[in-house]
Amino acid sequence: MAVLEHMGIFAVTPGMVVMWLISLTLIYLAISKKYEPLLLLPIGFGILIANLPLTHLMEPGEGLFWRFYHYGIEWEVIPPLIFLGLGALTDFGPLLSQPRLIFLGAAAQAGVYITFFAATSFGFTLEEAATIGIIGGADGPTTIFLAAKLAPHLLGACAVAAYSYMALVPIIQPPVMRLLTTGNERRIRMKKGRKIGAREKLFFPIAASVVVILLVPASAPLISMFMLGNLFRESKVVERLTDAAQNSLMNIVTIFLGLSVGATMNAGNFLRTEVIFIFFLGLFAFMIGTATGVILAKIMNLFTSNKINPLIGGAGVSAVPMAARVVQRMGAEADKKNHLLMFAMGPNIAGVIGTVIAAGIFLTLLK
Amino acid sequence: MAQEVLAALSGNIWKVCMEVGDSVEEDDEIFVVEALKMEIPIYAPCDGTISEIRVKKGDAVEEDDVLAVID
Repeated sequence: MAVLEHMGIFAVTPGMVVMWLISLTLIYLAISKKYEPLLLLPIGFGILIANLPLTHLMEPGEGLFWRFYHYGIEWEVIPPLIFLGLGALTDFGPLLSQPRLIFLGAAAQAGVYITFFAATSFGFTLEEAATIGIIGGADGPTTIFLAAKLAPHLLGACAVAAYSYMALVPIIQPPVMRLLTTGNERRIRMKKGRKIGAREKLFFPIAASVVVILLVPASAPLISMFMLGNLFRESKVVERLTDAAQNSLMNIVTIFLGLSVGATMNAGNFLRTEVIFIFFLGLFAFMIGTATGVILAKIMNLFTSNKINPLIGGAGVSAVPMAARVVQRMGAEADKKNHLLMFAMGPNIAGVIGTVIAAGIFLTLLK
Repeated sequence: MAQEVLAALSGNIWKVCMEVGDSVEEDDEIFVVEALKMEIPIYAPCDGTISEIRVKKGDAVEEDDVLAVID
């Protein structure tokens, strides 16, 4: 009898079975549809294993997955390391050549704040609402970073919402962008910005770190690592470190990030009506962020003769570079010789920094 | 009159669709440039014959580099 009691099969609950189905769906989407496979595959598998009974894998102080989660995410190690890699992959050139595009990246953060207020009116606490709102920033590591500090019980749901919607950017954004722009606006060809020299690119990560961290100190863990990665890249003297940050280190921490996030998603945490609201509000946040970016571009066009194609405002939600690709595709649909990709990278990158700043502001106000 | 085909954006040459001597019409696809994992076609700016192709598959190009010349 004792042996039977220790067999997991008799401890399976209906909730666990539902979680298995969710896990298999994510694994299917990752493999067949290639929806963010680097994350959804380990997340999906993590969910499956975390919902097998009697494993004690998430037992505090004891379980293997708990250790990954505790030291990787609770200790804030992994999201900043991902940011190191992102910094090493980022070319600030498109942003520096047209600094006014920063405003579009900032405008898209309106999605984060509007959703924050919407979520509080649905009865979420301020900490939960902030975590849900940040989904609209379309930045996975920032969402996880903030969730771990403010609302760890929502971490799994918010991370899965953020990564799923990022994969769905090509479906979510175009209708919003089409609705808000005319054919003529989508055909606007933008004037090239000036060329950016190597020295400017070198100084930018240093100057931006100092300015952003002085203004919002709580954003320091993510911003400092992001800018360090970028400094590696632009210094051109530590190619080995740039390469490690971009590739091997990023791949290693991605494994632990995905697995830990998946492991937090047990039936008790995830199968709640709140989670449906989280997915709904997260989608709302994405759409509002897309809309506010486009609308600000149209407003800016009222005051300048050097017109902005308002489509690029849609790239202000981070989702690098998916949102920029959507802009390129929609621009080329209207005029096949119009290439908006590099212009869209400006607000896209500004959006990443904007989301980190938004998270830093939430932390300052709520922690 | 010779006209240059310029790279519309920076990236890598993914595909060269024409050869020297081919005649092209305006808006024919001459190259496909890969940037940020997107394949972006580069079209002929005018009618004519390709007299020169200056890049090959896999080359990295900067915005406004001359890729080919049409006579």
